[in-house]
Order: sequence, then structure tokens, then C-alpha cells
Amino acid sequence: MNTYKHSVVLDVAKCTGCTSCARHCPTEAIRIIDGRAQINTDRCIDCGECIRICPQKAKKAMSSKFEHYLHYKWKIALPAPSLFGQFDGLDDVDTVLQGLLDIGFDDVYEVSKAAELVSSYTRIYLKTEGIKKPVISSACPVISRLISLRFPYLKENLLPILPPMEIAAIQAKAKAKREHPELKDEEIGTFFISPCAAKVSYIRNGWGEYKSNVDVVVSMSDIYFMLIGVMKRDSIPTVSSESGMIGVGWASSGGESSSILNDSYLAADGIKNCNNVLDSIENGNIPQVEFVELNACIGGCVGGVMTIENPFIAKTRLQTVRRYMPVCKNFLPADKNFIPDDYINDTSPDYTPISRLSENMAESMRMMSKIQKLRSELPGIDCAACGSPTCRAFAEDNVRGLIKNGERQCIVLRQMGYDPFDTGKTEGTNESK
Amino acid sequence: MSEHLAFHFDVDGENFVSAGQASVQIKKNLRQLGLPPETIRRVSIAMYEGEINMVIHANGGSADVLVYEDKIVIILDDKGPGIKDIEQAMQEGFSTATDRVRALGFGAGMGLPNMKHYTDEMTIESTVGVGTKITMQVNL
Repeated sequence: MNTYKHSVVLDVAKCTGCTSCARHCPTEAIRIIDGRAQINTDRCIDCGECIRICPQKAKKAMSSKFEHYLHYKWKIALPAPSLFGQFDGLDDVDTVLQGLLDIGFDDVYEVSKAAELVSSYTRIYLKTEGIKKPVISSACPVISRLISLRFPYLKENLLPILPPMEIAAIQAKAKAKREHPELKDEEIGTFFISPCAAKVSYIRNGWGEYKSNVDVVVSMSDIYFMLIGVMKRDSIPTVSSESGMIGVGWASSGGESSSILNDSYLAADGIKNCNNVLDSIENGNIPQVEFVELNACIGGCVGGVMTIENPFIAKTRLQTVRRYMPVCKNFLPADKNFIPDDYINDTSPDYTPISRLSENMAESMRMMSKIQKLRSELPGIDCAACGSPTCRAFAEDNVRGLIKNGERQCIVLRQMGYDPFDTGKTEGTNESK
Repeated sequence: MSEHLAFHFDVDGENFVSAGQASVQIKKNLRQLGLPPETIRRVSIAMYEGEINMVIHANGGSADVLVYEDKIVIILDDKGPGIKDIEQAMQEGFSTATDRVRALGFGAGMGLPNMKHYTDEMTIESTVGVGTKITMQVNL
């Protein structure tokens, strides 16, 4: 039973069934059926690779339109730090914050401010005795989901502190209630301005037993175009940023790591690289490090599919923005040197062995043996014309009984007048989902 | 002998870039069989260490993994220099790896001890100048 809500949607009218997405999906979650891409939601980790690669722009990340949620009496913008890297010539973050108020938000709470708190709490957590090292960042939801699906052994390595976006939402709501006690809970809306699709999924699904405090996710690119119209660089903003270099640094890969103020870390970005690093950690094959930061997008959050700017340009812009910032504006007071319970989430979704062939081991072995045999008969060129990303996956789809009435075929073998599937010798066991 | 599944891998010698590939592949296969994560991890680590050993010391070799309903057997076979003193080789920290290999972060002398640690049974057959065959078993 799959109850996970995803955030990648397909525009069926635009999809030509070209197989680009299927071949690039890191979890082999996509098949081309009847000339259209279909995502297996059990396997999808919302990394956004298919959105990036689609030549037809048929794949989109789902988000909400700001104007559809004007019914919230008190609307709080939670801008991800990557937003500040989208504007040409920006030298003061306050200009963007003012712009958010000008387009209709009632208040702004920077996610980079919460990120500085997470950095402080992470430093405390790393000193805790008996924790599993290396501690792996929980900020990128793609990585957290990948770990829960593929690397259950590393679940205890995940940082049990809520991601900055959530702490920002909690703090922003508390602030609103403090300053406006007349507001009811349901009148306050937190709007995360997101660089990526995976955050949308995190907010819709929560994490383990934790339910998200973000109410609406709006796409960074939508907000960008609204901001461009109102942002004035020569006027004096009425708000001022409450975060420093550390918080804004979280926007790109390595930013979170450098904030632990300890050189014993590893930072990797790009989903394939991250997967390799996780494999290495599982095998005990990496240098002894305290902390591992993994970002599914190349360049980190600035590489998200809902951003406007090229991640490397955005990163360079952020260097300019950060230049005149204090290092950090959110130090923990000496008497509050502990992690509040509200910010801890040590639960995680149950491990689901997504790739398992059958619940019965003997049956799995029989199926695997059939897959090996079929695979050896296929051409092995991984052309994906059959709709499966590789010949291996095609063999598996056949054995799993996912291909009805031979509707997907190997065109190379057919050209040669040979079809290992048509004799009925591969009657697949139809696995219940 | 009961029914079993067999996976065969050729391990390239002196190729540190691809070293460890077989262990990643076997992990994928075992996941598909639905084995417990801890078992997969043990097999994967034992394979990884064995694979690295063959790359460092023996100019490659072959790795075979046999999956039975009650056990997994890993056979690593190489035509390398052989192990002179197996007891000594089994000691933690003992290594004959070259400086070049150590510079790459390998050769800590933990390979064989780890392989023994993560498996239920391990036997080493080695003849100097002929090669080494290591058989490991993980019970299910």
C-alpha cells in the first residue's frame, strides 16, 4: 500500500514517451507505458531529475499559487536562503524581504535564521555521547527518503533535529501569536518559498510521526516574478535580515557543513554522488568524519528545480550578498545550551524494501534466477525503447508480471525475429502492491 | 546441493576507481531478495574488503556469491602471490600493502579481520606463488 504523496506531475499532453526521464531516474521509478511516462510512487524520491531532463518540459514540480491562499488572515513568508541568490546585483537581503511584504505577505521569517539555530543545535548534538557517527544531515528530504528506502542501516545516523524550514515555521507561528494574540491558529498561514519539489513532498507527508508546520508551499520561480515587479533597490526597507553568513550559506553545498565549525566533515551534491557516498558509509569505507552533508541537487539547494538561476551563478551571487553580513546572528544564550524537545524528531518512516521481488525468499530466488536468464537473452544496450530504463529492468518487469499481454517489447530482438517472451515460459507472478 | 542463485563478478586488478563495484552490485541483488538489512550489510562489507584485497595484492580475481535459502556463500579466488603466514595476516593492523596503496587510504590491516568479523565462517586456502581462495559464509 502506497500512501506517500509525491510532488512531480506529468503533463500528459506534452509527454512524447521519449524515455529520457526513465533512463535518468536514479531509482528506476519510471516506465514508458502506452507512450507516456508513468512514475512508480513507491520508488520515487522526488529528486527532480526527471523534471530537469525532460526535453518537452512535460514534468512539473507541484506547488501552490500564493493568490489561492489569501484567506489566511496572517500570511508569513518563509524564504529559503537560495532565494537570495536569484537576483542580479543584489547586495542587501533586506530588499528581498521588503519585496515579500510588498507582494502581500504580513510578515517574513527567514529560513536562514532557523538554519543558524539548527547549526548551533547540531554542534551540541555532535558532542552527545553514544550517537552514531557520522551524523548525516536531515535537511535534504530527498536524502532522508533515500535513506529510509535504501539504507535502513543508516537511519540512526540521520540528524534528529527538524530541518530549518520546519523550525522557521514553528518560530514564525509563535511570533505571530505573541505579537497578535487575537489571531486564531487557523488564521495564521506559513508559506515556504521553495527551491525544490522534494520539500513539497516533505510538507505533505511529514516525516515519521512529525507533521509539518508549513501550510503552503509556493514555488521560488513564481515568487521571483512577483518580486521582480516590486523590488526597489533605492528605497529604504522597513525590515531587516535576522540571519548572517552561516544561515545564508546553507543555500549551497558545503554551507551547512562549514557551520559545524569543525573540519571533520564530508559534503557531496548531486543524487548519484550522494548515493555513492551512502554506499561507502554503509561499507565503512570513508574517512572518519563527524558530519556528512548530502544535497540531492547539484550545487545544493540553489540547484533545485524551482529556482530560476543556474546554481553556480546563484552561488557566486550569494558570495556577494554574504560579504557584508555578520558571521551569525542567532547564537544560543549560554543558559539555553540544549536542544528543545519541540525541535527533535527521532522518528522516521518505516523501512519498506521497495526492490524486494517477493515476500517469500524462495520465490524471490526463483524470480531472480528467471531475471538473470532473461537478461542474458536481451541485447544489453539499454536503449529503453521497451519502456524500461535498462535491459535488466525489462527482464525484471517481465518476471514481476508488470507487462500485460506483451504490450511492451524488445524492438532489437523483434527485428531479429526472436522473442524470448512470446512462448509463455515467463508467466510472471503478479505481485500484490 | 539444494537450489541456489549464483552471482559472478570479475574484479579488475590495480583499478582503484572501480574497486568496490561488486559489493555495490551484490547489495542491490540481495535487497531484491528481501534479505534483512543487517545481513545485506555484513555480506556487502565482507565482499568489499575481499574485493579491495584482491585489487591491492593479487592483481584482481573473481568473486562468486551463492545464495541458498539458509546461507550466503562468498568465494573470492585470485592468482596472486599467496599469503605466507595466514595467522599473521589475520592480525588487526598487519599489512603488506605498499606505500602507494597506503597513500590511497587502504592497507590499514583490517581487511581480513573485518571479513572474519562480519561473516559466520571463513576459510583461507593459500599457496605462495599460486594464489588465494577465501570462502566466507553468512547464515540466514
